[in-house]
Amino acid sequence: MVNVNPQVIIQTINLNCFYGRMQALTNLNIEVYKNEILGIIGPANSGKTTFLRALNRLNYLNPTYSQKGAVIFDNQNADDIPDDMLRKRIGIIFALPQTLPTSIFQNVAYGPKVHGIKKKSELQGIVESALKKAYLWDEVKDRLDMPAPRLSGGQQQRLCIARTLAVEPEVILYDEPCSGLDPISTAKVEDAMGELKSDYTQILVTNNTKQAARVSDRTAFFLMGEMVEIGLTNTIFTTPQDKRTDDYVTGRFG
Amino acid sequence: MSPGKISEYIIESLIKLSGLIIVGFVILIFLFLFRDAVSLFGGYSPGAFLFGRNWLPISEPPQFGILPLLIGSVYVTAGAIIICVPLGVAAAMYIAEVAPKSLKHILKSLIEILASIPSVVLGFIGIVWLGPFLKNTFGLTTGMCGLTGSLLLAFMAMPTIISISEDALVSVPRTFKEAAYGLGATKWQMLWRVMLPSAASGIIAGIMLGIGRVIGETMVVMMVTGNAPVIPESILQPLRTLTATIAGEMGETVSGSEHYYALFAVGLALFIITFIINLIADISLQKARK
Amino acid sequence: MNFARVREKIAFILLGATMLIIVLPILLIIWYIVSNGAGAVTWEFITQPPRNGMKQGGIMPAIVGTIILITGTMAFSLPLGILSAIYLVEYAKDNFFTRLIKLSIVNLSGIPSIVYGLFGFTLFVVYCKFGASILAGALTLAIMSLPVIITATKEALEAVPQSFREISLSLGATKWQTIRNCVLPYAIPGILTGTVLSLSRAAGETAPILFTVAAFYLPRLPHSLFDQVMAMPYHLYVISTQVPNMPLKLSFATGFVLIMVVFLMNLVSIVLRAHFRKKKQW
Repeated sequence: MVNVNPQVIIQTINLNCFYGRMQALTNLNIEVYKNEILGIIGPANSGKTTFLRALNRLNYLNPTYSQKGAVIFDNQNADDIPDDMLRKRIGIIFALPQTLPTSIFQNVAYGPKVHGIKKKSELQGIVESALKKAYLWDEVKDRLDMPAPRLSGGQQQRLCIARTLAVEPEVILYDEPCSGLDPISTAKVEDAMGELKSDYTQILVTNNTKQAARVSDRTAFFLMGEMVEIGLTNTIFTTPQDKRTDDYVTGRFG
Repeated sequence: MSPGKISEYIIESLIKLSGLIIVGFVILIFLFLFRDAVSLFGGYSPGAFLFGRNWLPISEPPQFGILPLLIGSVYVTAGAIIICVPLGVAAAMYIAEVAPKSLKHILKSLIEILASIPSVVLGFIGIVWLGPFLKNTFGLTTGMCGLTGSLLLAFMAMPTIISISEDALVSVPRTFKEAAYGLGATKWQMLWRVMLPSAASGIIAGIMLGIGRVIGETMVVMMVTGNAPVIPESILQPLRTLTATIAGEMGETVSGSEHYYALFAVGLALFIITFIINLIADISLQKARK
Repeated sequence: MNFARVREKIAFILLGATMLIIVLPILLIIWYIVSNGAGAVTWEFITQPPRNGMKQGGIMPAIVGTIILITGTMAFSLPLGILSAIYLVEYAKDNFFTRLIKLSIVNLSGIPSIVYGLFGFTLFVVYCKFGASILAGALTLAIMSLPVIITATKEALEAVPQSFREISLSLGATKWQTIRNCVLPYAIPGILTGTVLSLSRAAGETAPILFTVAAFYLPRLPHSLFDQVMAMPYHLYVISTQVPNMPLKLSFATGFVLIMVVFLMNLVSIVLRAHFRKKKQW
């Protein structure tokens, strides 16, 4: 039915998103390739976050939200996948580090637990490997019982990454993951993203164009609910086709 | 389906069912009151019930005019509200803007304590202390009269009126206050001319809920108002409210008798009156939130 | 001082005086009951049934009856109240049915207690043939307590940060898993506070139990849910209005025990609230 490139893991077809009457995203057609890091840049209110949250249907938590068009994930219409299964496969990291007020261990073990893993030893293995992949293990291995909200902002954000990894998703969405972090913490999060490339598809929404330039393979530029341009990161930042992209990446507005 | 999914399905069904049960209760209450209330009107005319000036359930033939009871309720309620509203709103203003923070907490706890005193205890106070006190002070024939009830009910409605008015005052937007101060108003001018008007719907909601509470109160009025089912000429006379009539006579009726059904008709009238009052309160509360 | 300042001063003094007019009687009432009642409360008063036409002995069956009624009330109203609050906060969409539920709760909270008594009598005592019994009385009190429990639970659920729900859902948890693991645990303090408060109110209610359960004089303890019991508020009503030549000392003592029970429950709820507020981490 849908012509799918074998490399494509996510595709949107004429996606239009609305909050009440306000349209947040217009006629979006985008393809996301397996194991790439796709950067999404654009000024505030350009529809970046709406796009991200449309992929795992988190937008629907807002009762005024509605959408037209389709999101295709792994050759299936996302609407046909139960929410919990879809979200298990497409994880998300929020803008501000959001931890549950429980221990570090419980935060990471939460996902696997709700997916039916009960054995303590198994959970310990999952937590350890997730924390290692998120570059956090060495900093917290001796205090897994400490309340997670006591970690620093950067540590909390890597904890969120570990928590998402613990449910073994296929895609990880990042919604401006470093907006509240200092440069050193940002670097650590970016390192973690690079390390995860071999196993996961990652989509990074960021206000920080330099961050997109540093970590993403391809970059898309969103403006006022539309995708202006998408291409290899290098191309977007050096020879963009659209003048508006050029203006934005060179810092003339935004 | 896995066992987890099944138990989840069951619990979610229960959650949705519980909402239905709440609605069901209201319908049940109405239906059961209505069923027994209309049985009265098989042999007794609704006009005589609503406008009859005599409540004489055991005379021959019996008369079931609720006018004396209704007027009794109105007297007691009006008395209570006249005492309670100015005091309550003033107290709310004091707590919201004048009282220092430490005192504020103490006052609020005291009001909470007042709210928790069982009505039967207040009724007892009315019998042993307030009634005799009023009788001696004002030289009344009896202390068991409308005024005693009104005074006690005013205190029972106080917590409702104070807390809701205080909420309404506190939630007046800061910008309003700042604008008033910016124009050089004193705190009192700001409180009186800016906060009080903008908190009006909230305060009205509090007053309505207070009225609802007073009209529905049973034990206090039954214990202290003298229980005379005649149309009172003044609040200083013994009278009888709708609620006290049900509470006082239900035990003496024979199930299925006209008297029994008449008491349900009184209950239905109370149900409808309080429903309307609470509806008004709810509407002004929602208006206040906006 | 200018005119406006003087006026402000006078106004504030008047407001303070009003506050005093309200607060003083509260303290007076409590002092009156405590000073007259505390002395008469003896070990015998709490542990013995009434004797000699209730003019002697204690109020043990009434204390036990009130405790049984409160327990029964909680058993019915707590699950139903919490479930329906969960429905309203977590599941309900903004539609007719939801508005109907909210309207019902407003209505339930406004129905006079004596009308609950009538309803409980005609439905539970007569129609369901429970007779005047613990079951009928507890069910009546439970329905009456529902609005307070629902409102408190709703507020507690709404106070849980939305981010907790988002975290849980984004990890692929189902809605119910999210509520169970990431919402309810953090709402429990608020729910408990509201529940204890509503039960303390139910403990002091007389009108709803008048025809549904309360016994005038029943010195033995109940054997089953279908037995009648004595209850403290009704007992106080009876001895202060229906028993001639009642020693006032015993009435005061009964009132004292009743308000102590109610205050104690309030205290529990205040302590709970303070305790959990201190522990709160978000």
